[in-house]
Amino acid sequence: MSSEVRFTDFKSDAQPTWCPGCGDFGTMNGMMKALANSGNHPDDTFIVAGIGCSGKIGTYMHSYALHGVHGRALPLGIGVKAANPDLEVMVAGGDGDGYSIGAGHFVHAVRRNLDMTYVVMDNRIYGLTKGQFSPTSREDFETATSPEGPQQSPVNPLALALASGATFIGQTFSSDAQRHTEVVKQAIEHDGFGFVNVYSPCVTFNDVDTYDYFRESLVDLGEEEGYDRTDDEAAIERIMDAEKEHQGVIYQDPDSVSYGDEHGLENSMADIPEGAPEGATDLVREFY
Amino acid sequence: MIQKAFARALGSLGYDMPEDLNWAVGGEAGDGIDSTGKIFAQALSRAGRHVFTSKDFASRIRGGYTAYKIRSSTERIESVVDRLDVLIALTERTVEENTDELHDDSVIIYDGERTMMEDFEAPGEMTALSVPLQRLAEDAGGAIMQNVVALGTACAVCGFDVSYLDESLEKRFGGKGSSIVANNKQAARAGRDFVAEEVEATFPYDIDTTDSDYVLLNGDEAIGMGAIAAGCRFYAGYPITPATNVMEYLKSRVEGFGGHVVQAEDELSAINMALGAARAGARSMTATSGPGIDLMAETFGLIATTETPLVICDVMRSGPSTGMPTKQEQGDLDMLLHGGHGEIPRIVVGATTIAECFHRTIEAFNLAEKYQTPVYLVADLALSVTEQTYPPEEFDMGAVEIDRGNLLQGEDIEEWTNESDQFTPHAATEDGISPRTIPGTAGGAHMTTGLEHDELGRRTEDTDIRVEQVDKRQRKVETAIEREEWTAREFGDGDADVLVLSWGSNEGAIREAMDRLEAEGTSIRLLSVPYLSPRPDLTAAIEEAEEVIVVECNATGQFADVIEHDVLARVKRINKYNGVRFDADGLATRITEAIGSDGGSGDSSDGSDERNEASDAETEQEITT
Repeated sequence: MSSEVRFTDFKSDAQPTWCPGCGDFGTMNGMMKALANSGNHPDDTFIVAGIGCSGKIGTYMHSYALHGVHGRALPLGIGVKAANPDLEVMVAGGDGDGYSIGAGHFVHAVRRNLDMTYVVMDNRIYGLTKGQFSPTSREDFETATSPEGPQQSPVNPLALALASGATFIGQTFSSDAQRHTEVVKQAIEHDGFGFVNVYSPCVTFNDVDTYDYFRESLVDLGEEEGYDRTDDEAAIERIMDAEKEHQGVIYQDPDSVSYGDEHGLENSMADIPEGAPEGATDLVREFY
Repeated sequence: MIQKAFARALGSLGYDMPEDLNWAVGGEAGDGIDSTGKIFAQALSRAGRHVFTSKDFASRIRGGYTAYKIRSSTERIESVVDRLDVLIALTERTVEENTDELHDDSVIIYDGERTMMEDFEAPGEMTALSVPLQRLAEDAGGAIMQNVVALGTACAVCGFDVSYLDESLEKRFGGKGSSIVANNKQAARAGRDFVAEEVEATFPYDIDTTDSDYVLLNGDEAIGMGAIAAGCRFYAGYPITPATNVMEYLKSRVEGFGGHVVQAEDELSAINMALGAARAGARSMTATSGPGIDLMAETFGLIATTETPLVICDVMRSGPSTGMPTKQEQGDLDMLLHGGHGEIPRIVVGATTIAECFHRTIEAFNLAEKYQTPVYLVADLALSVTEQTYPPEEFDMGAVEIDRGNLLQGEDIEEWTNESDQFTPHAATEDGISPRTIPGTAGGAHMTTGLEHDELGRRTEDTDIRVEQVDKRQRKVETAIEREEWTAREFGDGDADVLVLSWGSNEGAIREAMDRLEAEGTSIRLLSVPYLSPRPDLTAAIEEAEEVIVVECNATGQFADVIEHDVLARVKRINKYNGVRFDADGLATRITEAIGSDGGSGDSSDGSDERNEASDAETEQEITT
């Protein structure tokens, strides 16, 4: 693999318009490093971005990229990967894009298990529309559309992933650059759907789930002796623990077989002959 | 009925009705009606006869009734008629449902030993042929083969060699083992022999066979085959009547050509997967029906704005909402031409026959890539459920040409990079068509977005760039108008005073109606329009004609509205929206009525007799979304 690729090769010359201090800077830097560290090249990488602050990422990175409509980033990524398994496909979106409008696709993308990476920049707030509660906002989180809090349980995305048959569940914190990069790299290298929920604080509209909060509350499973990431019961225990927030690779199925391998997807579908493909006439004969 | 009277009138004028056989098998849903009908249709096709099939799903009386109807002739046929010569009735209701189509020479094959049919008496002078279908099937190896026994009897009634059934029985049952096939062949012969041995009556049918070789396929299959021929490698879809057969056809076939089919979780996902695959460089498509097009509308705008080649097929059915899922309608035109927020440049191509389903699909893929734009490929339920014979040469794979448009490789990319070495996927070119690279191409990396963007594909709200990009996307359609032949399919007498315009599957019924009217002395020019946007310029044709009649399966005349807008002239309208396709007999009558009417938009009656029947009926509650 090309060792000459540096993470800055994945950086475009566009100036981010994220608020100063936004967690998305760290999230994106880690993604670029993880892509470079795992030997990828911008010309062979496809970034799909959803809608929201997170969706701007395709502009700030340099690769092939598509910024879609709200909530449909995962189906786009699936189409790209199925059509050309040689591409490194990374889908990035926010908690609104992935767990609200796109929640249905999340369940099915997880269970299809294509060999791609899904990074969710979870800030527990709708930032781009200037501060409404998100599916991961706390029950009492006050916003313009929830003056007394949403008064409904937040989505537990890790539990949703596990229940959907996830083969890789990671969680990171944008400001812990080293661990974030490591986990995203492992998600890239995982043979299947590498899902990483990234705590990516919004400094403008969320004064509850702050850098300080995550710094103080996160327990790193990488530092916990004896934690077995392939043990799904241990994963369930951590994921359902309402008292603690965890970072690291929480679950990985060592026997994961990706969708592409399961379905024999090997080659790019982009190359086609100049006329009907060989054997097409047999299709006509079938109708005798 | 008016049609019958009209047909008799034609007969008295010395016009020969086509020597066609109209055959049907009907019963309850779950009786194996479809596969039984298909076996007989294939047998007729193998015997060198043309076949045109239709399906009755829903009932005028109550739910559960279904029938498979075959019209067959040694001559080419393109339409259904309302006459039934031989009917296999597994239930008494099958006869009741078809009373209008049966006549004195009709033969009804039924099992008089079954309690549900033991009191059956045929109406009028027609022949009721009681055959112990179940008993003979049990003797041949199992009651399940009773429909095949009936097919054997039908062969005897039609003067059709029962051995023609063998090949289709092998095709149908070959996977279940040779003894099953042998039993079925035996069952068919038992049904035939019963007629020879036990029945004294003779029958007026003695059908001819020919040496011609035909293939038999429906519109969905033709679309699927066309897609593979055109190099389509990726398909994502969500099951919906009547488009599901496109997906079922491709599944297990496109893989052999290096492709893949995904059954998505919904239509939103399906179109986005298809778009993702197209961004990766694959020829990609999805097919759905009206409700799915509704769901896909937002992404349709994204496809156009990102200038991605994609084929989206709408096999129309009766709407709005869940409508009548198994019934015919051409009600989606307004949506296909105008649907989606903002202004979306697009190409809309429609198939008018089953063979055209194949040809227009191939064309749709080329147009999509040449103009880097979404293409709606339009068909309708009547095309999708009809099986029709064609000479195999109609689907000439050697003639398929692939044009991938401005797809760049290697050194060409440099020409389209800016001073910062960035590729410009949305460069505002003179003809509007930008250079295109697919992922994996060195030096071609770029992003794109549904946000208004600059030539790099990056978001912008710059007022000048906005205008430049809107204009360049629109210019692609103008370029397409200049470069392509947007012609109509013309039939009949080019100098006729009466011009009939149509889109979609009505073409066949109109052509056959024209033959009848010609025999009566009325010449007609038909322009059947496959290009719905951009459209052929019909101004001259309309100005030359004394009467212009637009025929379509909807209530409001959506195509007629478009034509009136295009040429700033009024047209007459023949509409049908009871869920049943046009047939040649009925259409001939209505064209005659329209010619005589005062004219003006909406004046022509819309077959209210049929409409009332439909509204009085309790339609089958088959919710298939």
